[in-house]
Amino acid sequence: MPTPILEKESLIPGRTSKLVLHAPQIARNAHPGHFVMLRMSPDGERIPLTIADTDPEKGTIVIVYLVMGTSTALLEDLKAGDSILDVCGPLGKPTHIEKKGTVVCVGGGTGIAAMHHIAKGHWRAGNRVVGVIGARTKDLLLFEKELSSFAHELLISTDDGSYGRKGLVTDLLRERLETDKDVFEVVAVGPVPMMAAVAETTRSFGVRTTVSLNPIMVDGIGMCGACRVTVGGKTKFACVDGPEFDGHQVDFAELRRRLGAFREQEKISLDQYRSQHGN
Amino acid sequence: METKEKKTVAPRTDMPCQPADVRARNFDEVALGYTKEMAMQEAARCLQCKNPRCVKGCPVEVPIRDFIGEVARGNFDVAYRIIKTTNSLPAVCGRVCPQENQCEGNCVLKAKGQPVAIGRLERFVADNHIASSACEQVTGTNSCAVPLGNKKMACIGSGPASLTCAGVCAAAGIKVDVFEALHEPGGVLIYGIPAFRLPKNVVATEVNGLRQTGVDFHLNHVGGRTVSVTELAREYDAVFIGVGAGLPVFLGVPGENLVGVFSANEYLTRVNLGRAYDFPNHDTPAFLGKNVTVFGAGNVAMDAARTALRMGAESVHIVYRRTRAEMPARHEEVEHAEEEGVKFAMLSAPLRFNGDDEMRLVSVTLQKMELGEPDASGRRRPVPVPGSEYDLPTDLAIVALGTRSNPILLEATEGLDKTERGYIKVNEETGETSLPNVFAGGDIVTGAATVILAMGAGRRAGQEIVRRLGGM
Repeated sequence: MPTPILEKESLIPGRTSKLVLHAPQIARNAHPGHFVMLRMSPDGERIPLTIADTDPEKGTIVIVYLVMGTSTALLEDLKAGDSILDVCGPLGKPTHIEKKGTVVCVGGGTGIAAMHHIAKGHWRAGNRVVGVIGARTKDLLLFEKELSSFAHELLISTDDGSYGRKGLVTDLLRERLETDKDVFEVVAVGPVPMMAAVAETTRSFGVRTTVSLNPIMVDGIGMCGACRVTVGGKTKFACVDGPEFDGHQVDFAELRRRLGAFREQEKISLDQYRSQHGN
Repeated sequence: METKEKKTVAPRTDMPCQPADVRARNFDEVALGYTKEMAMQEAARCLQCKNPRCVKGCPVEVPIRDFIGEVARGNFDVAYRIIKTTNSLPAVCGRVCPQENQCEGNCVLKAKGQPVAIGRLERFVADNHIASSACEQVTGTNSCAVPLGNKKMACIGSGPASLTCAGVCAAAGIKVDVFEALHEPGGVLIYGIPAFRLPKNVVATEVNGLRQTGVDFHLNHVGGRTVSVTELAREYDAVFIGVGAGLPVFLGVPGENLVGVFSANEYLTRVNLGRAYDFPNHDTPAFLGKNVTVFGAGNVAMDAARTALRMGAESVHIVYRRTRAEMPARHEEVEHAEEEGVKFAMLSAPLRFNGDDEMRLVSVTLQKMELGEPDASGRRRPVPVPGSEYDLPTDLAIVALGTRSNPILLEATEGLDKTERGYIKVNEETGETSLPNVFAGGDIVTGAATVILAMGAGRRAGQEIVRRLGGM
């Protein structure tokens, strides 16, 4: 049964939107860290997206995406009142959350939305949440308002200095770790280079660092092994063993290469889609 | 076998196929099926044994002698009803069963080299039959049960085990809901077995028949996640778990995560479920390789190799550490693969995958093997030949070494006993798990096995469910 879109909010025009979906069975069972598999058309590809929020009482889940290929372009063409053909989940292992002190939640790009759900979990568990978010420039920063509801402090950076501190999230993170010895965990969700940089930053501090990985997936339900990542020298399957792993153990270089495996075909597909849809 | 007079037995009737050079470049079905005349000619070869050994070789005990007798007399509809008394998916089984190890392997004519082509006849009977109702499609009869009060049962997964279980229960008047994790029903029949071996409309016909008899398919429902076994067990009078195989097994050699190394499950799912053969009209791409190497020697390896050819590969090698004689694939698949141009590198084992600076696969290093002393399985153990390493240029490697159990439902379900190998433990007579009125069957119980074994398990559990719910 197709999944209705109740609300759509454009966060970065043409590039990133927030969708509120009516998916009561998923909302009821989803925890921070979970993801869903989506397919937008009968000819479409299955893609994974991390759940950015849930409201079990209303039966809704929130997803936020960046338009990168045909599937996300198809998603961006939908509006409130339309339905998504297939939404399947919740999948993956949920974030490990326990009351332990101060957690730093680092988010970048659309990862800030996914991070928001994890921050909410830590906030509710009684942890002190320090949000650290960044973007290239002010207009590309999203989910600040939503995240601020579940963060005791929110630190912001932009590459160009148009908002918050000029610099990278890792600058803010390093300063924090140098002065705040109560931080028991750093969680990072965002682009692969950002997560890799966060893991490098925290390594010397010996702080537990969890990253939420976004490899290519096909079924998302533990069948195909497309999403395998090397963690601590061992092959893990992000869809059933993850998607969250110890950032100090992840082979990010391999992940980055594997994410590019279908780049040429992704371009062919998107070009065809754009030529048929005139945008 | 004792025959006083030596009778000459006619040779087995060939089944027409698409020419190898044509079919190697399309996804249409390879084997075209018997005509009525061919079927009757082949059926006439059957000796109609008093004690038919073929039946004992069949996991669901199809009354083979009887249906073949009817085919020989041209009574095809009677033959269909006979098959359907024990086999709910004959059009599927006729195409994918390993007959040479089962019914045909037991045929007394095999001693003369050519057993009756039981699989081809089963397929003919199924394809030739046009059901007059959904009830007949599912059960082979037009006397389906009236609804059994308000009894209802749930199947998790929609592969051969669940489809069979659903059919048995629905025919007895039990309301059936099937919960499938993917967006299309059929399980391995859809995502795994390629259309050139099992056309998708064969599966669709079976699923539609079930739908019309009142079975509802709930897609995108992951057992253990979207719906839990516990809540289904509360809501339904019985539950059947048939979630199939899980994570692929890899070789465990260096370089296995290079770009260009895939599991057969991923490669085939992209092409079959995702219709990557029609990219970019369908959005899911498959990785394109010029020089493809497939590891393994079962049906899945043959499927992957033949799919790669059809996707435009220039050369496809199957690498296996034993010899042709030990290959577990159906003989017909091996023959078809060879006719289509797949090359076999026997007695070879991979040592490592080699990549370029961008971590893209460029070759695989293989080592020659020779057969030594027999191992625990009774087969001669392959042992490496020192100094025999060589590189095979490869830009797409497909690993088809089987699967492990899928952890999702098992981890999420408390009180479900598992075997040492991590599969679901069941009572062999009934298929019941450690949870009362929760049954399981297929690959999630046995580990990777055949379609017909999964169907047998689905049938056994379905019959037990019907008995308990008072439908006999």
